[in-house]
Amino acid sequence: MTERRFAEVSRESVRLMAEGAGVELGDDVAALLAEDVCYRLREATQSSSQFMRHAKRRKLTVEDFNRALRWSNVEAICGYGAQDALPFRSVKEGELFFVEDRDVNLVELALATNIPKGCAETMVRVNVSYLDGKGNLEPQGTVPTAVQSLSDDLLKYYQQITRAILGEDPHLMKVALLDLQSNSKIAALLPYFVYVISGVKSVSHDLEQLNRLMHMVKSLVQNPYLYLGSYVRSLVSSVMYCILEPLAASINPLNDHWTLRDYAALLLSHIFWTHGDLVSGLYHQILLSLQKVLSDPVRPLCSHYGAVVGLHALGWKAVERVLFPHLPAYWANLQAVLDDYSVSNAQVKADGHKVYGAILVAVERLLKMKALSLSQSAEGQSGAHPGSVVGAVSYRVNSPGLSPPPEPLSEAALGIASHLQVGGAGCHWEEWTPVPLPAMYCELYSFFGDSLAVRFSTGTGFGTHSPCTPSQLSDSRKEPPGPASNLDTTRKMPQLTANLNISPRQDGSPRTDPPPPSLSGPGSRSRSSSSCSRQRSAGLSREVFPKARFTSPQTTPPAFSFLIGGRQMGQRCQGRRPFQTMFATTPPVSAIPPRTYAHKLPVIGRVGKPVRRWTCSHYSLHLPL
Amino acid sequence: MAAVQGGMGDADIKTDIKTEPSADGFGNNNANDGRVLSASPGSSSSTGSNKQTAPVTPEDQQTLLAVLQFLKKNKLTESVEILRREAGLPENSLDPKANESAGAGSGGAAGIVDLEGGDASSLLSRVTGSSSAGAQAPTKVAEDQPDVSVVLSAYSQQGDPTLYKVYYRDLKKFIETVLDCHRAELSQVFYPLFVHMYLELVYNNHESEAKAFFEKFSGDQECYYEEDLRILSGLTKKEHMRGNETLLDFRTSKFVLRISRDSYQLLKRHLQERQNNQIWNIIQEHLYIDIFDGMPRSKSQIDAMSGSLAGEAKREANKTKVYYGLLKEPEIELPLDDEDEEAENEEGKPKKKKPKKDSVGSKSKKQDPNAPSQNRIPLPELKDSDKLDKIMYMKEATKRIRLGPDNLPSVCFYTFLNAYQGLTAVDLTDDSSLIAGGFADSTVRVWSVTPKKLRKVKSAADLNLIDKESDDVLERIMDEKTASESKIMYGHSGPVYGISFSPDRNYLLSSSEDGTVRLWSLLTFTCLVAYKGHNYPVWDTQFSPYGYYFVSGGHDRVARLWATDHYQPLRIFSGHLADITCTRFHPNSNYVATGSSDRTIRLWDVLSGNCVRIFTGHKGPIHSLAFSPNGKFLASGATDGRVLLWDIGHGLMVGELKGHTDTIYSLRFSRDGEILASGSMDNTVRLWDAMKAFDDLETDDFTAATGHIHLQDNSQELLLGTYTTKSTPVIHLHFTRRNLLLAAGAFNP
Repeated sequence: MTERRFAEVSRESVRLMAEGAGVELGDDVAALLAEDVCYRLREATQSSSQFMRHAKRRKLTVEDFNRALRWSNVEAICGYGAQDALPFRSVKEGELFFVEDRDVNLVELALATNIPKGCAETMVRVNVSYLDGKGNLEPQGTVPTAVQSLSDDLLKYYQQITRAILGEDPHLMKVALLDLQSNSKIAALLPYFVYVISGVKSVSHDLEQLNRLMHMVKSLVQNPYLYLGSYVRSLVSSVMYCILEPLAASINPLNDHWTLRDYAALLLSHIFWTHGDLVSGLYHQILLSLQKVLSDPVRPLCSHYGAVVGLHALGWKAVERVLFPHLPAYWANLQAVLDDYSVSNAQVKADGHKVYGAILVAVERLLKMKALSLSQSAEGQSGAHPGSVVGAVSYRVNSPGLSPPPEPLSEAALGIASHLQVGGAGCHWEEWTPVPLPAMYCELYSFFGDSLAVRFSTGTGFGTHSPCTPSQLSDSRKEPPGPASNLDTTRKMPQLTANLNISPRQDGSPRTDPPPPSLSGPGSRSRSSSSCSRQRSAGLSREVFPKARFTSPQTTPPAFSFLIGGRQMGQRCQGRRPFQTMFATTPPVSAIPPRTYAHKLPVIGRVGKPVRRWTCSHYSLHLPL
Repeated sequence: MAAVQGGMGDADIKTDIKTEPSADGFGNNNANDGRVLSASPGSSSSTGSNKQTAPVTPEDQQTLLAVLQFLKKNKLTESVEILRREAGLPENSLDPKANESAGAGSGGAAGIVDLEGGDASSLLSRVTGSSSAGAQAPTKVAEDQPDVSVVLSAYSQQGDPTLYKVYYRDLKKFIETVLDCHRAELSQVFYPLFVHMYLELVYNNHESEAKAFFEKFSGDQECYYEEDLRILSGLTKKEHMRGNETLLDFRTSKFVLRISRDSYQLLKRHLQERQNNQIWNIIQEHLYIDIFDGMPRSKSQIDAMSGSLAGEAKREANKTKVYYGLLKEPEIELPLDDEDEEAENEEGKPKKKKPKKDSVGSKSKKQDPNAPSQNRIPLPELKDSDKLDKIMYMKEATKRIRLGPDNLPSVCFYTFLNAYQGLTAVDLTDDSSLIAGGFADSTVRVWSVTPKKLRKVKSAADLNLIDKESDDVLERIMDEKTASESKIMYGHSGPVYGISFSPDRNYLLSSSEDGTVRLWSLLTFTCLVAYKGHNYPVWDTQFSPYGYYFVSGGHDRVARLWATDHYQPLRIFSGHLADITCTRFHPNSNYVATGSSDRTIRLWDVLSGNCVRIFTGHKGPIHSLAFSPNGKFLASGATDGRVLLWDIGHGLMVGELKGHTDTIYSLRFSRDGEILASGSMDNTVRLWDAMKAFDDLETDDFTAATGHIHLQDNSQELLLGTYTTKSTPVIHLHFTRRNLLLAAGAFNP
């Protein structure tokens, strides 16, 4: 062949091979043979390639070639089946090329100590490959996390936000939280944020991080574009964790985990007021778990504190149903802690006082709200004094034209039933019957004695929503020292804490139906007017806010009278009744818009700016000694 | 002299064509077929006795005669008797014909008839060889010599070797000067002319002229013939022509060209004017020119359809009606116990389920007008376990994810690690619970990909002890001690190239280089049957979607249809000019598609054994086929890295998907047919928008009638995604019943 299209076997090679076999060949014979050998080789190679193709390989093996030979009735060539390439060597002198084929020393091989290991078992392993939103292949070998299926921009946003919130820079955090609160395009990221927030359990040692996560919850809850849906449950459980769990951070008394609990409780109420309708039965589940914590004496006091503030946050009805019935039993334990003056108990005692204070705030509000609601339900019978028992409270509030929405009792019953199915734990509210206010007051007074009374007397009036000036506030927070507390001097001073309870409605239950329309709607009007009516009874503050333009629809001046029977705090219910306080009916205030209060309310403690969505806020600053 | 011979050849072709229909009408063949197929599944009747004749596919009468003659020559008188009886030929029928063909042996053109007979007989002799093992060796030797000489005798005519170049250059010059619209069409004749002229030169021992001719004109040929030209270029001696398979293919079949009438007239006039008899003879003898009326085709249209070993398919080859519709699904009542189970799990759910089931049932109640009749071929009856499986399938189907361009499936890749033995074939069960691998070291391995381990049935002695009346007898027969994640099955003596699970997951088929197809039991993990018949490497095998039947195809260029309880094939599908590389059953089990190294795809009717479709257009051996779930379309992938889409009903190419850079070894449609997945040697899985590809079709009557298709080059639009593996060729793809894509391959470090 003239052109070198193929590898060729030269006639010299043929002649050499023939010589090797002991045959002398002429030139022409050698040439013919060479050509034939070339052709046969090509043919065999071509047919061997199909064995390679069917074995789904790219590399032609000796085995393939042998198969082709075998199928064309040619003897296979043995000895070349090794996996590794065979070295091809040349000998200069003879112009010879040959395959290196060393002798194998069988003895050495047999006695060799490094016995080759058997190759591993053939096995099948699975890995997953998937495309991102744009059809690009994601890197393999990684478990697909949900985050990776997001678009690039969202992913970047997510990373930036989480980094900012959980990072060091407080300013950045603020910006991030603000954006989280108002960004309308992050619905897709919600599950991932919820997931991040559910990481509270892993950072229970780090108060700062917990706080940041709670802030994240707040921002998410406040974002009007987000539909939380069933993620509420997850958020609530994260928040509950912060409220109730004996966090690792609380081992060190220097850590202010109280504030975190307060804040989380605030957040809880916040979630319920705005999104409580999203998950049915959640309210009652929460109540149940709070009750469980409260009735579990093994739990540390900080958990109990959390339960109390949690209940308080859920509204006075929750306090009435859960805390109040539990109080007698719980009081014994608390009393024991508070009465122990040993040095080793100092820390626990301090915690006990925190709980004490929290309970006091809760029941105070309970009394106020209960009285208010009773008076409202008893409207039209104004002047009648249903509780005429000695030492009882008499009240009379007239608020014509206003009636709060009826309490959703039926739903509550359903909720109880559902939670019974789930938990099955015995609880008291099955046989719970509302305790009449006077009896309630009686009982509470037996626990708190004058501290209860003082709080009422120093306030601006019963039923107000603390439109207190700072001075008044500080007044009211001065708890009269009870016999149990004032003697203790070693007690650590607890920090100032803020409790914010925001209730857009007066019925004291979180929202269980769709959210009320915006402020301008009729609902808000009724609310503002109702708070207005409450405001009117708070006569003392009318000069403080004189510029109201709101005209009340009400014509008759509200009448309010309140009688407090005081009793020195003593041994349970056996205390004396040393004084009675009579509240005179305050002259009506005709035009005080509640909004002004909302605006003027001081920002207290670590609570961020007041939430604008609610017209009426109740701040109570509580400073136990 | 040459002209006379040409005339003779012409006449002979005419007779050849005439005899074809009469052969089709030959009652005995069909009767024969009918009898075998009607042997109801499950009952192995006495069909085994007619070893040799039962598998005879409808050949024309002359082939039969040729076979008879061949047998007679080899003194297999007994076989002659049997064959004649089976074929219903009169005893004396052989003699005059035999004389005729013996006489024709020397005459050039008449050899074609004989050659076809010879070819068939060579195929048949392979079959024969298997059943009568002793006769194999002699037949093989005896068969080659006369056969090839007859084939090559077609070249015995001879012109002046030095003029070949001139003739060819003349023609080339003429074609280059004709109007543009005709040039593309007429250029088609270059390649077959070139090959035949070269072979003539070689045959007549004009080696140097042949070489010069080759060098001068091989560069003009279309690039997709490169592979064949390489083989041809190595062929420079008359002696080498003997036994060269590619050459044999070229000689035994007529190269089919489709040319418009105008272009053909142009060519004819030119050749007659020039008295260019050499070329005219070749055209007359070795080319089949399919003349159509109408506009000449464009270059791209021609290129789309050409590339096969024997040119395009004749138009009438794709005219037969194909019942591509799906069979009616049997209505399955939800058994009571199933509902109870449902009630246990989720209360209130069964009520929901029932109406759903009904709606599914009503959908399948509508008879597809394109579907074959339910009992066109006998199908096995459903067992209770099959019904349960169907119910499972329906349940899963309700949870199926609807795929689409915006909703691409994830891929689960099953990587075979440490597969030093060389993984050659993979299959997954329909419910994706088992995966099987065929290896180059002749083993077949089965893995369970669910936590459920593989268990064998207890030994016979232990089985006797079992309470056969108990409800959980199927559980009791299993031997817990044998539970393992994988099982290895030994039996083959060569690489296992094809593997297929039966739909009921009780059996596994494997085809190997050793020429056998083996049926394995997945209850005992032993070999049940070795189906011998191919005698050459069997490249692929597949179970029918209804079980019982299976198809195999291999190096011997025939595909065989088998039933599991017959050790002889029920049908032999012969017609491919090269190895059958892949086989697929149509979803309705009435048709079988085969892909071949001759770069064509053929669709065979299981009932009659006839070839009903020939698809040409691939430029390399076809290695994967997939029917769309609705049975209307076929996708094929080849070594050229292209996926072609075919409309079975119209017999048209309807799409071309370019993107892969290496052989496509696996194709699969998603369960609802929205997405086509292709897996390749280039370590990627690509997803194609099948819905769009099929929706954009414009199958107007004209296109359907002429078969002239305009393919848009929209591969990039249709490509939805590409998944790459690290270093693992994708050799199998599978969509789970919920439309998760599974892929498999061996890691190739």
